[in-house]
Amino acid sequence: MVGRGRNRCVGRASRVLLWVCALVLLTPVGVLAGGKPYKIGAVFSVTGGASFLGEPEKKTAEMIVEQVNARGGINGHPVQLVLYDDETDATKCNLAVKKLIKRDKVPVIIGPSTSGNSLAVVSVAEAYKVPLISCAASYKIVEPVASRHWVFKVAGSDKHVVGKMYDYMQAKGITKIGIMTVSTGFGASGREELLRLAKDYGITIVADERYGPKDTDLTAQLTKIRQSGAQAVVNWSVGPTAVLAVKGWRDLKMEGIALFQSHGFGSKKYLELCGDAAEGVLLPLARVNVGPLLPEDHPQKKVIMEYIRAYEAKYQEPISSFGGHAWDSMHLALAALQAVGPDRAKIRDFLENTRNFVGQHGIFNFSPQDHNGLSKDDLEMVVVKNGDWALAE
Amino acid sequence: MSPRKLVPIGVFAAFMAAFPWIVAPFESVSHYTDVMVFAGIFCLVTIGLSLLMGFAGQISLAQAAFFGIGAYVSAILTGRFGWNPWAAMPAGAVVCAAVAWIVGVPALRLKGHYLAMATLGFGVIVHIILNEEVEWTGGPSGMVDIPGLSIAGTPLLSETAWYYLVWTFVAAALLFSYHVLHSRVGRALRAIHEEEKAAEAMGVPVASYKVQVFVYSAVLASLAGSLYTHYVTFLTPSSFDLMWSIRFVLMVVVGGMQSLWGALLGTVFLTFVGNEWLQVFADFEVLVYGAILLLVVLWVPQGLVVWMQERLRLRRAADLSRSE
Repeated sequence: MVGRGRNRCVGRASRVLLWVCALVLLTPVGVLAGGKPYKIGAVFSVTGGASFLGEPEKKTAEMIVEQVNARGGINGHPVQLVLYDDETDATKCNLAVKKLIKRDKVPVIIGPSTSGNSLAVVSVAEAYKVPLISCAASYKIVEPVASRHWVFKVAGSDKHVVGKMYDYMQAKGITKIGIMTVSTGFGASGREELLRLAKDYGITIVADERYGPKDTDLTAQLTKIRQSGAQAVVNWSVGPTAVLAVKGWRDLKMEGIALFQSHGFGSKKYLELCGDAAEGVLLPLARVNVGPLLPEDHPQKKVIMEYIRAYEAKYQEPISSFGGHAWDSMHLALAALQAVGPDRAKIRDFLENTRNFVGQHGIFNFSPQDHNGLSKDDLEMVVVKNGDWALAE
Repeated sequence: MSPRKLVPIGVFAAFMAAFPWIVAPFESVSHYTDVMVFAGIFCLVTIGLSLLMGFAGQISLAQAAFFGIGAYVSAILTGRFGWNPWAAMPAGAVVCAAVAWIVGVPALRLKGHYLAMATLGFGVIVHIILNEEVEWTGGPSGMVDIPGLSIAGTPLLSETAWYYLVWTFVAAALLFSYHVLHSRVGRALRAIHEEEKAAEAMGVPVASYKVQVFVYSAVLASLAGSLYTHYVTFLTPSSFDLMWSIRFVLMVVVGGMQSLWGALLGTVFLTFVGNEWLQVFADFEVLVYGAILLLVVLWVPQGLVVWMQERLRLRRAADLSRSE
């Protein structure tokens, strides 16, 4: 029948149209017109377990691209950010990096946000010879440097944080400490360094306690440390357990034993959650967290204050130290693009030879032996005073 | 297998063999080969799981654990003890088979939700061990610099080479599973699925068959784990947690439990949906992913493969009636 046949045709046509629409929707659209854009690839954990890292990193990277393009780009080329969310999943991250390399053909990649995801893509960056600037902390990301030719990182290593902490303890005459660490990648890495470096600073670890990231009570661990005769306790965790440690320490009236937290405690949210209990807690922090406290003549003062102003004006929320990693990696990538153009090998060489780069997390001095470029001197010892950070004496 | 059935399978095999060459010229999909490598690795897990769920009627939430055991055994034997990866792979499978047998004998006496609970518990225990045995597994920071694979002295580097290797494994697993299903064991499994007591009354050794299928699914998961290890060359326990066990079950359910093709289609579909096709939704990706799962379970509970077969049959019937 003719009528039915036509109906069928119409049905077919609309179905084809639907598929075309779907395909168009699913194919990423090229952004920006005019001068051939310089691409920067980015992989952050914007959602999932590490979204507290990826979210500010994404916002920071997008803000910087806007600023640069508003100034007319670099060398007349607009900058295009190709950003993927790995949902804090190693497999997805691996695929995202390959896609950036193969499909988007980016000359440089910033991220991933977490150590686990960074380590899952180190071999990809090496195999395809693409410079990758990780925003995560683990020293394994850039060591051994012989097999990390193409990989850099802008987050300080845990050895710097521990070193700064132990320096301070040494100055205060603390020799016996108890440590408590969370059993995640973050905690495990901290524990390794705390144990490894103690001897160099003449410190004895008299208690070594561990707990799960979802534990709801740390009294048992703190009680053991109190009984061990420690002069100080170091807690190494992020999330609710970092708050529990402070509350437990206060509830058990352990003020006589100084409480040190890792740099993971460096968010004002923790101070709100802990309230008065956090008074006197000590921790090493990157300067980006304490910008307003720095003396005017400090070389990092200017970049940090500018970042804080721009970010807070745009997003109406305080900056976080993680966004600072994105700032550092973005500006390193931009500096490289400006100096040598979108050439993977040249960008790598440029990064490796970058000295005195003033960033949010310190003054970077890269070298063929050091693809991190930071030291413990890029940290400040901070104490919680009146519900805010203050530089510790 | 009848010749009529062989034709579509031949076409499918040819398509799979040509896949890397089909997508290569199109820049926007050229990286699909990478996605297919992971999809193939996950297919190995879900083929075993579909045998267990769709045919023996047992739900396992421990597949990620077996996947993890295989991965870690391979990583430790090659990374620490310098074994050849090809020797470590069967070693991992043997370990997995032994563990599955030990877990399976008591656990498979349980039914329905209780079995799911028991395997879930086992999965969680394995995850905790991977996290806490820092000396062996590297703990939560993971294991780095695991050696890659090589064949006859040539290291496997390109994604295309990996694609062919992984999908050869998948083809072998499919073939083997197909033969199992169309043997006495397969018929017995179906009988168990229909009505366990009746099957037992007919003389089917129910308990022993269930354990055997469970062990088989664990071995496939272990092989997948070994391939994953040497492909990514980095392991962290979070790739083997409960969420992944649930994902594997979802892949089987979405594709269709009653058919091996269901496991295949569901796995490839969800791997692409999860990693590729929803990126345009950015922050809402997870919501859309959830909505797709919900739609499938609500409207095509028998799975995509069965749904497609029915559509085809309906259309054929309609064509027939029109031509009359």
